[in-house]
Amino acid sequence: MAEVLSTGPVGTAAAAPSHDPWYRRLPVVRQLRQAVGLQRGMLVAGLTLTVLFVLVAVLAPLLAPYGYSQLRSGDVVFGAQQPPSAEHWLGTTVGGYDVLSRVVYGAQTALLVVVAGIIASFVLGVLLGLLAGYLGGWVDRVLVLVADAIYAFPSLLLAILGAIVISKGQSNLWGGIGATALSITVVFIPQYLRVVRAEVLRVKGEAFVDAARVIGTRNGRIMTRHVLRNSVRTLPLIVTLNASESILTLAGLGFLGFGIEPTQAAEWGYDLQRSIADVTSGIWWTSVFPGVAIVLVALGVTLMGESLNDLADPRLRSRVRSTTSPAVEPVEAEPVETVETTPEAGA
Amino acid sequence: MRFLLIIPTVFILVTTVFWLMRATGDPITAALGGKLTAAQLAERVHAAGYDRPILVQYVEYLGNVFRGDFGTTLSDNRPVLEVLTTYGTATLELTVYAVIVALVLGIPLGMVAAYFRDRWPDAVLRVWAIVAYATPVFFAGLLLKLVFSVGLGWLPVAGRVSTSGEIAIRRAGGTSGFMLIDAIRTGDPAVVGDVLQHAALPATALGLLTAGVFLRLVRTNMIGTLGREYVGAARSRGVRERRLVTSHAWRPALIPIITVVGLQIALLLVGAVLTETTFEWRGLGFQLAQYLQARDFVAVQGIVALIAVVVAVTNFLVDVIAALVDPRVRY
Repeated sequence: MAEVLSTGPVGTAAAAPSHDPWYRRLPVVRQLRQAVGLQRGMLVAGLTLTVLFVLVAVLAPLLAPYGYSQLRSGDVVFGAQQPPSAEHWLGTTVGGYDVLSRVVYGAQTALLVVVAGIIASFVLGVLLGLLAGYLGGWVDRVLVLVADAIYAFPSLLLAILGAIVISKGQSNLWGGIGATALSITVVFIPQYLRVVRAEVLRVKGEAFVDAARVIGTRNGRIMTRHVLRNSVRTLPLIVTLNASESILTLAGLGFLGFGIEPTQAAEWGYDLQRSIADVTSGIWWTSVFPGVAIVLVALGVTLMGESLNDLADPRLRSRVRSTTSPAVEPVEAEPVETVETTPEAGA
Repeated sequence: MRFLLIIPTVFILVTTVFWLMRATGDPITAALGGKLTAAQLAERVHAAGYDRPILVQYVEYLGNVFRGDFGTTLSDNRPVLEVLTTYGTATLELTVYAVIVALVLGIPLGMVAAYFRDRWPDAVLRVWAIVAYATPVFFAGLLLKLVFSVGLGWLPVAGRVSTSGEIAIRRAGGTSGFMLIDAIRTGDPAVVGDVLQHAALPATALGLLTAGVFLRLVRTNMIGTLGREYVGAARSRGVRERRLVTSHAWRPALIPIITVVGLQIALLLVGAVLTETTFEWRGLGFQLAQYLQARDFVAVQGIVALIAVVVAVTNFLVDVIAALVDPRVRY
């Protein structure tokens, strides 16, 4: 990877005035107040879709008319590939499941995977980035080399390997979720590592770190107390960008038949794979609804990440309300810099 | 010196794939466990040498890979290298089509968005780009199929060529693996048209995603260059706005595209895996899905390692090209 790429997204929004109450300085709230026009619309739309997704996931048992692996209600068998009707608003699948229920429960699976994957990669990535940046030397060199190699590895392929390792490709609910979450973890660790490392290198040179060292503070304390706190400002952006990619990775795994068995949990990608043959014979409801669910969730999270990202970049911030944050044209705009902040599309 | 990093990178990738695949057991048990008795299984494992110390196997594997021997598939007993060369061309062909679709759509639309910055064409195009990003390629493929193949009946549902076209290609002795080249060689426009019709939907499904990425990239960089002094100077000389975009600002805005094309190759290859499954396009991805279902992990290991190495080498070449084109990038 080119040297210019490792700098990570730089130039966060101008720090909010310190007299704002704490809740206005929260990552998303602050940007919401800062955004105008289209960017605000995108941010609001993204937030709405994301909140909706989380609500559906949490309330799935209340919202879904049937269970995700239910084949009959009472004595009445649902039947396979039934078109949408009063009993089955979105029809039934080739396996005889209710499409609506599987779409609703699919949100639950997706949320579990994304949250588990992101927490794990966040913690490990930040830790390794801190070590690499602060310690330097061979630790740094090895970590960066490995991270670069993994970064170049297509994420879905890495996820396939992960799925084989963890569950030998036969997934029950926790095996499938664990495998996918772990694969996502491995894929995203390098991104956190790079960003945190770059920030640590910057912070390390600041006078207050030297001051702490002069008064005899131990390395561990300097790292956690002084360096870490000042190095994680840009991470919320990466989290949102990664969330959509992990949704798409999960769906891609399911689509390749590495998802979670239909009796164990509902998974959108798996349902789409089962619907390939339906499409050819004109049965549209088995593919369109799970697919739209994937698109909406990925769209919501991406919109949120995108607008946060744009707001953090003075060159991209909309210029309408320029009194609060004058859009300063950087002296030497480096076009290459934006490469990293462009979310790489997933599956 | 930085260029030498390609060697450890490839080494790390192949090593990672090997250890991940073998961390949990040998491929024969994975493929046939439960189908054979324990004694038969042990015999097969022993015959294939999978009961030796893993380090010995690892060294042997590295040596074989170095000589171009990726092993033999379990399910259909073919050399992995043969699978790679047979189906790799189909994947390459699809990827090339997709890159063309992405460039043809993404670059002009990105210029339009930059030119109309913060007005409605920009808004529409940016939202479209994000939707394209959020749509999994296989769902885009299924939707295109529903509309254009099943609904309107304009384009074929699946495959790379119709039966009659395939016969014509066979008769003309087409063996390059690139369907379009073989079709052109037959000299029959109907066959060429047939091949292009089959390629239209998969290429669009795969290319749309990347088109969105290119659009945003061109837009961002174009906005950057449109703010530069030399553009302002041209404007003050009375150059018309449209001409500013088409002849002054676009060239520097395209440099990052080179870097991103490299990154996109990785995604396109993965996307090809999924698109091929959707359209029964018999390439590496389609085969990978087949082997995954057959639990043939020798084949999976070979295909995954190959794609990883192709991606690493592409990224490396892109770095070299970027350094040649843009004097600011130095190693």
